[in-house]
Amino acid sequence: MNIEATNLTVSSSPHAHGKNTTAVIMRDVCIALLPALIAAIYFFGWRALTLTLVSVAGCVFFEWGFRKLMKKDCTVTDWSAVVTGMLIAFVCPVSLPYWTILLADLFAIVLVKQLFGGIGMNIVNPALAARAFLFSWPSLMSGQWVRPGTNISIFSPSLDGLTTATPLEALAASTVKPLPAESLLDLFLGKIGGSLGEVSAAALLLGGVYLLVRKVISPRIPLAYLGTVAILAFLFPRGIEGGTWMLYQLLSGGLMLGAIFMATDYATSPVTHLGQIVYGVGCGVLTILFRYFGTYVEGVTYAILIMNCCVGFFDKLGVPKRFGLVKQKKGGAEK
Amino acid sequence: MAPSFFGGVHPRGYKELTCEAPILPLHPKTVSISMSQHIGRPCTPLVKVGDQVTVGQKIGDGEGLCVPVHASVSGKVVAVEARPTPAGTDGMCVVIENDMQDTLCPEIQKRESVASLTAEELTAILREAGITGMGGAGFPTNVKISSGMGKVNTVIVNGAECEPYITSDDRLMRESPERIAGGIRIIQKILQPERTALGIEKNKSKAIAAMRAALPEDMELLELRVRYPQGAEKQLIQTVTGRQVPPGGLPAAVGCAVFNVATCAAIYDAVYDGMPLVRRAVTVTGKAIARPSNFLAPIGTLYSDLVEAAGGFSEEPYKVLCGGPMMGIAQHTLACGTIKGNNALTCLSQADNHEVETPHCIRCGKCLDACPMHLMPLQMHRAQQKEDLITLEKLHVTDCIECGCCAYTCPAGIHLVQSFRTAKKMLRDAQAKEKAKEAVK
Repeated sequence: MNIEATNLTVSSSPHAHGKNTTAVIMRDVCIALLPALIAAIYFFGWRALTLTLVSVAGCVFFEWGFRKLMKKDCTVTDWSAVVTGMLIAFVCPVSLPYWTILLADLFAIVLVKQLFGGIGMNIVNPALAARAFLFSWPSLMSGQWVRPGTNISIFSPSLDGLTTATPLEALAASTVKPLPAESLLDLFLGKIGGSLGEVSAAALLLGGVYLLVRKVISPRIPLAYLGTVAILAFLFPRGIEGGTWMLYQLLSGGLMLGAIFMATDYATSPVTHLGQIVYGVGCGVLTILFRYFGTYVEGVTYAILIMNCCVGFFDKLGVPKRFGLVKQKKGGAEK
Repeated sequence: MAPSFFGGVHPRGYKELTCEAPILPLHPKTVSISMSQHIGRPCTPLVKVGDQVTVGQKIGDGEGLCVPVHASVSGKVVAVEARPTPAGTDGMCVVIENDMQDTLCPEIQKRESVASLTAEELTAILREAGITGMGGAGFPTNVKISSGMGKVNTVIVNGAECEPYITSDDRLMRESPERIAGGIRIIQKILQPERTALGIEKNKSKAIAAMRAALPEDMELLELRVRYPQGAEKQLIQTVTGRQVPPGGLPAAVGCAVFNVATCAAIYDAVYDGMPLVRRAVTVTGKAIARPSNFLAPIGTLYSDLVEAAGGFSEEPYKVLCGGPMMGIAQHTLACGTIKGNNALTCLSQADNHEVETPHCIRCGKCLDACPMHLMPLQMHRAQQKEDLITLEKLHVTDCIECGCCAYTCPAGIHLVQSFRTAKKMLRDAQAKEKAKEAVK
């Protein structure tokens, strides 16, 4: 009988660990992004897939390379670079040249994430920061929206006669045109012009439900964000009746992707429950303000980036009440 | 909804390994009995090498916050020296070679007239019987009871057994419910509470049925939510009464006293049979154990004997734990003897190794939602890393009960509990330094 124990490990309790790991969570986010990717391939053709793959490869490579160069532990196995790669592709037009997206990957991974200490340490969301960075090339990032249903070439896409405006651009110009040409159903399904992964609200919501079921995110931030946008849009419609205007606002632009996948990014969102709600409301208010009064029609990117910077403050809200400091119920010691 | 506690986790139980294994008596060849089995001062050995001892004979005692220890087998004292103890350090132990005669100490006699005993007499009996809390912490029971007199209006008996793997309390409730009920009656007699409640996690239906049949009408039986750490003292009080023990306070501050079911059974044995606490049910379990079992092991039974009695290791053990996987103490040797608060020996296999080499916090906040003490583990960890004592104090790191929920749930695999233990020590050291400075002035 074997009763030898010569090689025992000694460490602090606990000695059990749940099934959740960073890699499992990040992989779940990737899975949740798949419906939107499939929708993008359906509407824009295979270039949606190749652009995403190039972006993922770029992020993983830069993450690996930088950590190697700095002689730090390798973190590519945690899948977070894959998530960033997918999200960067999702906020870009499908026609974006490959070199541009690789530049964005480099910016997001090295400048935004690694220079601040790597996973969990970045102040702002890397994908959104990369998008803000890419706006330095406005001709590539906007104004050239591929019309859904056009299967553009994987290499050297030519966009002659194939472009369209996004519904949000149409909404911004709604003093002239009361409503975009696309129906609400088109917006919901994603049969519209726009960034690769942002077009299909239905696919993004499906992914959001998956994240909720897997308890990767809580509904607090997305609901606070979307709820605030809905209420403000309903109260202050432009040109048309509040309900329809509200739905157009909710389903257009980067709002769904932003509320479900970007604003809920762990590293750049608060951890306290109240902090999360206030942060979500803040994102909603800023989004509406940017959309109503900004020169650039899409408000989500800057709304979330600004709120990211305030997370340290929001984390001070709703700190759990210290155990044992409640007013004691009947039957205390003095009885 | 019934009152409950905040947070917690639901680890896999692995109770099926041993919950149907009856508590088998064990007769080890030698026992190594630690002189420090409780919170408080260690005992001074009362025997020397070569002495013949009998079961139940007092072999160590001391002054102050201290309860005696007794010989758990009859035989010859072969060593009185520092030996490994489950706490991880070496400590004074009395080693007895078992003569297998089980000769009882002549002083041990059954009591006929328990009803006529006063509260003071009863607590004195408990002290002399060496009874300590058997759920883990090992607080002397007589002190808990006498300090609670006049303050306690609710007696809570803890049969939650929320730690994974362990079934010693479950088995005890199934096999000896009347001893537990008898022990509770004695506590009632001393403390005169308005309410007495036994809490058992819902999943132990057989223990619940057995206890329900044995409990008199004036004792409640509460079926508790299956959630770790349901059996932690503060969380159990919160669940049963809705009250929260104030920071740094004892349960008596909210009119409560909590006793483990095994302690209740030991109280019964001490009062009715005059038998000191010399043996206890120990679950020997884990994936690395060939035949997971429950034993009625004399205090001081060597871990190697427990492992052997359970069929040895089925594979190379990764960790051997005094207790369960959430709060148990990892052992470096099998030469330790069991102590009074030692409810299990859990032997984990390599498959239980979840070590992450360099963990990175991703700020998911899951630790916040898991902490039953309403703390913010991720902030505390960050402050500990920066050795920021002021922030650590502000975050009330000393409130941490080290239940392990945060580290269990942490996807990054950060050693949060270790971090907070270090933080507490840093604060203690700083306070000691401060005091020393003041003394110099």
